[in-house]
Amino acid sequence: MMNLSRSVALISLFLLPLLSFSFSVDNPTDRRVLVLLDDLSLKSSHSIFFNTLKSRGFDLDFKLADDSKLALQRYGQYLYDGLIIFAPSTERLGGSLDSKSIADFVDSGRDLILSADTSASDLIRGIATECGVDFDEDSTAMVIDHTSFSVSDVDGDHTLIAADDLVKSDVILGKTKIEAPVLFRGVAHSLNPTNNLVLKVLSASPSAYSANPSSKLSSPPQLTGSAISLVSVMQARNNARVVISGSLQLFSDRLIRSGVQKAGSPNQYEKSGNEQFVTELSKWVFHERGHLKAGSLVHHRVGETDEPAIYRIKDDLEFSVEIYEWSGKSWEPYVANDVQVQFYMMSPYVLKTLSTDKKGLFHTSFKVPDVYGVFQFKVEYEKLGYSTLSLSKQIPVRPYRHNEYERFIPTAYPYYGACFTTMAGFFVFSFVYLYHK
Amino acid sequence: MGGKSEPAKSESMATKPDLLNTSFFSFKSLKLKTKQQELLLRISILGLVYILAFIARLFSVLRYESMIHEFDPYFNYRTTLFLTEKGFYEFWNWFDSESWYPLGRIIGGTLYPGLMVTAALIYWTLRFLRFFVHIREVCVLTAPFFASNTTLVAYFFGKELWDTGAGLVAAVLIAICPGYISRSVAGSYDNEAVAIFALLLTFYLFVKAVNTGSLAWALASAFGYFYMVSAWGGYVFIINLVPLYVLVLLITGRYSMRLYIAYNCMYILGMLLAMQIRFVGFQHVQSGEHMGAMGVFLLMQVFYFLDWVKYQLNDTKLFQTFLRITVTSAILVGGVAVGVGTASGYISPWTGRFYSLLDPTYAKDHIPIIASVSEHQPTAWSSFMFDYHILLFLFPAGLYFCFKRLTDATIFIVMYGLTSLYFAGVMVRLILVATPAVCLISAIAVSATIKNLTSLLRTKQKVSQTGSTKGAGSSKASSKVTLDQSQPFQKNGAIALLVGVFYLLSRYAIHCTWVTAEAYSSPSIVLAARGAHGNRIIFDDYREAYYWLRQNTATDAKIMSWWDYGYQITAMGNRTVIVDNNTWNNTHIATVGRAMSSYEDEAYDIMRSLDVNYVLVVFGGVTGYSSDDINKFLWMVRIGGGVFPVIKEPDYLVNGEFRVDKGASPKMLNCLMYKLCYYRFGELTTEYGKPPGYDRARGVEIGNKDIKLEHLEEAYTTSNWIVRIYRVKPPTNRL
Repeated sequence: MMNLSRSVALISLFLLPLLSFSFSVDNPTDRRVLVLLDDLSLKSSHSIFFNTLKSRGFDLDFKLADDSKLALQRYGQYLYDGLIIFAPSTERLGGSLDSKSIADFVDSGRDLILSADTSASDLIRGIATECGVDFDEDSTAMVIDHTSFSVSDVDGDHTLIAADDLVKSDVILGKTKIEAPVLFRGVAHSLNPTNNLVLKVLSASPSAYSANPSSKLSSPPQLTGSAISLVSVMQARNNARVVISGSLQLFSDRLIRSGVQKAGSPNQYEKSGNEQFVTELSKWVFHERGHLKAGSLVHHRVGETDEPAIYRIKDDLEFSVEIYEWSGKSWEPYVANDVQVQFYMMSPYVLKTLSTDKKGLFHTSFKVPDVYGVFQFKVEYEKLGYSTLSLSKQIPVRPYRHNEYERFIPTAYPYYGACFTTMAGFFVFSFVYLYHK
Repeated sequence: MGGKSEPAKSESMATKPDLLNTSFFSFKSLKLKTKQQELLLRISILGLVYILAFIARLFSVLRYESMIHEFDPYFNYRTTLFLTEKGFYEFWNWFDSESWYPLGRIIGGTLYPGLMVTAALIYWTLRFLRFFVHIREVCVLTAPFFASNTTLVAYFFGKELWDTGAGLVAAVLIAICPGYISRSVAGSYDNEAVAIFALLLTFYLFVKAVNTGSLAWALASAFGYFYMVSAWGGYVFIINLVPLYVLVLLITGRYSMRLYIAYNCMYILGMLLAMQIRFVGFQHVQSGEHMGAMGVFLLMQVFYFLDWVKYQLNDTKLFQTFLRITVTSAILVGGVAVGVGTASGYISPWTGRFYSLLDPTYAKDHIPIIASVSEHQPTAWSSFMFDYHILLFLFPAGLYFCFKRLTDATIFIVMYGLTSLYFAGVMVRLILVATPAVCLISAIAVSATIKNLTSLLRTKQKVSQTGSTKGAGSSKASSKVTLDQSQPFQKNGAIALLVGVFYLLSRYAIHCTWVTAEAYSSPSIVLAARGAHGNRIIFDDYREAYYWLRQNTATDAKIMSWWDYGYQITAMGNRTVIVDNNTWNNTHIATVGRAMSSYEDEAYDIMRSLDVNYVLVVFGGVTGYSSDDINKFLWMVRIGGGVFPVIKEPDYLVNGEFRVDKGASPKMLNCLMYKLCYYRFGELTTEYGKPPGYDRARGVEIGNKDIKLEHLEEAYTTSNWIVRIYRVKPPTNRL
């Protein structure tokens, strides 16, 4: 195993020039993933999860979190496309890594799976805070739920939660419904209310709370009920994806294999929902699903093909944009009926839903409003689970030119008439005045 | 009237500007007849004045370089460039998407194209004659060229008003009058450059038309008016002064057929022509400012009609009744028409600018954007003295002479002088409009005085002058040695007075030259200061910053700055601006003012909504440059607060005092403008013996030295810190 990983690392080093193209706009799925562990035994205790990743073609590079040779980038190039941090207790990362370099890694558009656990270190908490979630400040606290615990919980302190409050998104969790509850034992976290990029994937039940199970409650718990998030995801503005889990055991072979029965529920499952949950979640976070790409915004006047440099008010125009979805292997046409385009100048003057030809092309046509100014075509597509599309293209709209107005309007005929009768009248008057004696 | 001038008169006149010339020509061209001599003198004097007017305005080119000055001229330059490159129709229909983002501006319909078309015509003519000049040189020299032309018009106007002598003096006075030079130095490529020429030309032609009663002159005056309308918004002055003048003539019983022809032709044709300018259009018949002219036009018809009826009736009693009925009903109908028009909105009310002219305090209370401009401030006495010098004393004397010889023409110049002088007192920039009138009236005073004095000397003191001037006159003079008792005294008095006049005029010439060289030749885009050793230091920070923008920012980058710098950024930096010196949209400017006076995060939202990429501020704390954004800041607050009441002026003041040091209000110390101006300034020692962060423009140590920027980052600061540019960061990736 060690040898294999080392040789993989070696090969990846040789293939670096080639691999550095692996994470690209054309092929967004991550390939090279660095796994940071605080104990190499995690490699075997969480082997099911890692093996699913490997079987999907990821190159996993296992490193101890305090490995002094740790480096995310070399010569300004990132060595990895994704990062898994399964080192909840590590206080300091090895090499030059710190929470800022992890944040920079995310800001460069790369993905992260971060798992904390009880007694998570300040470092892990810091990284989580950077990503918009806050773990319970009490380092001894765990999520306790006296109603929706798993009956297999042998300790009896109800810290093994059977959670089934999953986010309703086929994109994040796959099309197949996760039937069995997901087993969770770990620390609670809450979402930063000012951050609207982060969302709960697995929430606790209303009866959950966060406290130290071995001591008596002296004061009401800080985090309670559905404010507690067990697993959260964050999609940054540059579409980097982050999964934050409060439990490392969630990914472990033991919980994946174990059967589950939620307290008070007659349904007994052979196998917990954990495997499906973590697999589907890892597909999402590593961009195997829900990744959209859009071609450039194309617009032109009706009946023309070239894009004009400027529109005139009341021009009829056609607008189109191509949107494709990454299926994990290839780009498939994206099909949806809720993509909208705005014709925007400080506020949208036109807002139209685009119709699709099911081959990836979204198009519409509309009339430029009777307002001149510098407009923008804006496509801002934010849909749960999908990567955000934010496209805009500036286009000025000018008023009529002096010779583009209608020339002979009927309402002006009285004026024309008045003009010519005056002229004729003046002529007749002059004639009569001069020659009438 | 005053056209017939004796040779002696012009002789005396000629002695003034160039004494040398007189003797030179009189010796060399003895064969010429007196008439011819006089003509030759007059032409050579005019030629010299023409050249003088031009070269006096070249100080700025000598001191700095051939460049466009200040703010508005940069817009004019940009549009002229566009006109010469794209042609007239493109210019006429130009929709500019680079200014007033995202609203844009229809440039073709919101400017006075006269200046640009004039410059383009000069340019095309020169090209046609195979002079391959750059359009910038044409633009730089347009103002001096037209100032020279103005001297010619002044000469003819003076001649029309008084005599050739007054005309010549007027030409000299106006050629170097600082009040005019201030707006027509080389590089000051602004509307006023050609507009004063057009204004004076229109007045001259109108007076000529009134004097002659000729349709041709009236037509010419209508075309002069058309040129004025095409060049400057100040044409409103003409279209109000001329009817006022006509009204005064009517009231004083000077109504004549000449006046009827001149005014009707000028008004009707001038109106039709003026309506061809897109920016004016139907305003000319609909707006309140133009209603007076129309009223007088109708009154004129009533007058004519009454005249006719009087002639027909031949019965005084019947006519009196008729008169009463007609006048009452005319006034009634007119009143009702104006009332209905105003109420229905057909006649637009007076604009704020017009109100602020009539009532100097109006702008201060109602329109801060007008009051904020320094050239719209009421004039101080010192600037009258600075701009007019001796003309200020000669003006009343000239008025005296005018009243002594009251004609239709002198009534006009008196009215022009008095009204424009009032407006000059209301707004600094309108000194310019009053200058031609002041010069003309002063010229009458000078000319009349010198003429009187020299005629005294001539008729009775020929003895003393025989040797020097004319050999032919000596025998005649010596025969008349009949001396009065009062003669020695008169002679001495006259000589003393003449010397006094010449002394005054020479002081005037010296003053004008000094003012032109020192005060009015600065381009204000390049600043000059005296160093510690008396050497000249040039601060070229503005252009440095604008070229930085041009070279280092994306072509569609949007720059937010206070509106003063908008024209310069688009012209020199070639980047889109949010607001500029064409202050047509008060709300948009107020939005920028609000952003500048808000906290950084509030300002960030505003800037995001306007797609701002860069923010530019002008800061004089290092150099001691006082017209920077901090000193303009209260106006931003006022203008911003005028539209958005969340911005309150007292928040930025401490006990009604504007300060930037430790005692400043907390809002002041943390608003965007303060942060952008003083960012990293706390680390800088500007003056020996002063603490770091000492603001030299305001002479205090700043109150907030530890400035952190969250949503902006410093992009560029010029070498003397005068212009600072900040980049607006995109929103945080993870928040």
